[in-house]
Amino acid sequence: MNPKSALTFLIMDPPFENSRTTTAFRLIQSALGQGHDVKVFAYEGAVSLAFARQAAHPNAVHGRDAQQESHPLAREWIAFLQAEAAARGAKLDWVNCGLCVDERGVGETVPEVRRGSPLDFWKMVNESANTLVIPTR
Amino acid sequence: MKILHIIDNAYRATIEEQDDTVLWFTQVLRGADADITLLLRGSAVNYLVLRQDASGLAFGAWRQAQPPRVAASVVHLLSSRTPIHAVAEDLADRGVRAADCVAGIATLPRARLGEFIEGFDRVWQW
Amino acid sequence: MNKPYLLIVSEDPLETPAARRTAETWRQLRQRGNPVTLFLVQNGVFASRAQGADCPLTQAFGGDIEVLADDFSLRERGIERNQLRHGVSSAPIDTVVQRLATGWRAIWS
Repeated sequence: MNPKSALTFLIMDPPFENSRTTTAFRLIQSALGQGHDVKVFAYEGAVSLAFARQAAHPNAVHGRDAQQESHPLAREWIAFLQAEAAARGAKLDWVNCGLCVDERGVGETVPEVRRGSPLDFWKMVNESANTLVIPTR
Repeated sequence: MKILHIIDNAYRATIEEQDDTVLWFTQVLRGADADITLLLRGSAVNYLVLRQDASGLAFGAWRQAQPPRVAASVVHLLSSRTPIHAVAEDLADRGVRAADCVAGIATLPRARLGEFIEGFDRVWQW
Repeated sequence: MNKPYLLIVSEDPLETPAARRTAETWRQLRQRGNPVTLFLVQNGVFASRAQGADCPLTQAFGGDIEVLADDFSLRERGIERNQLRHGVSSAPIDTVVQRLATGWRAIWS
């Protein structure tokens, strides 16, 4: 099989709720690092990963200001992975399910993400060597 | 490409979404002629029960206009010729009788799951 | 034709009924001659300590099923390699991608 064949991931979890989110990002990064183009379909809560208004905050419990805390933000992870993809000459296509975006009011997204529908996922599946669905609970 | 959707997580957000979002997703893909078969396991086998009624939810002046009708979603998928299977023991464990269920579902004994799964190119657990 | 399966176990098998269902699935697929790998990640790695209690997945360890545990998840939980059950190996997350890229059927549970 062509080592540079595309892989698709469907994710469902919103940020800050479950370790599946971190694992998903690790898988996406690994796939890019191994030379694959990667397609991500964000369904349900996962559409919030790209919400542009995520904001970092300080951590008074640990005595850290916002800069010191350097709180992870999924929207930044997406941007960093897009940059990594570009640096490697790979493509990271990140699509949000549009209806899921609407009902959650998270239409203001980072520019690295586009709006789509489950039909985009179906297209991704057909253009990929393999697909992993990471369900929510 | 033959795809198996395994659903075992039921009633997760069905009131807020007014649907089971995986059944809904399946319906969209079936509309694009995706060759999808459904397998219901665990609590999701209860989706087959005809007399589910989620109506009447209200918060203050808000009333739910479109409660989820999950059994109807199952019927719709069947009418679009989506094969739907349910694990027999999961139905029995939950006391779900065939007479209470949507017609046209194939039951599958747990002992045949491996053989069943082998028939698909992609197996997506939801 | 035998098809290889990668079953990704992400929840604590000592806590969740999903572990029993995963065990049913891998056992049957393996009995039918398919290569099967369990990849433990996140709280799924709680099955991997040698001193831990048995769980529905325990039968897989030391048998002809490959059992891998995500190295980051192990480290995150303070599980060192010399504490792993016989039959469990630490592996990078890259392994999942490699298997996907080579046609393994990956099922997340």
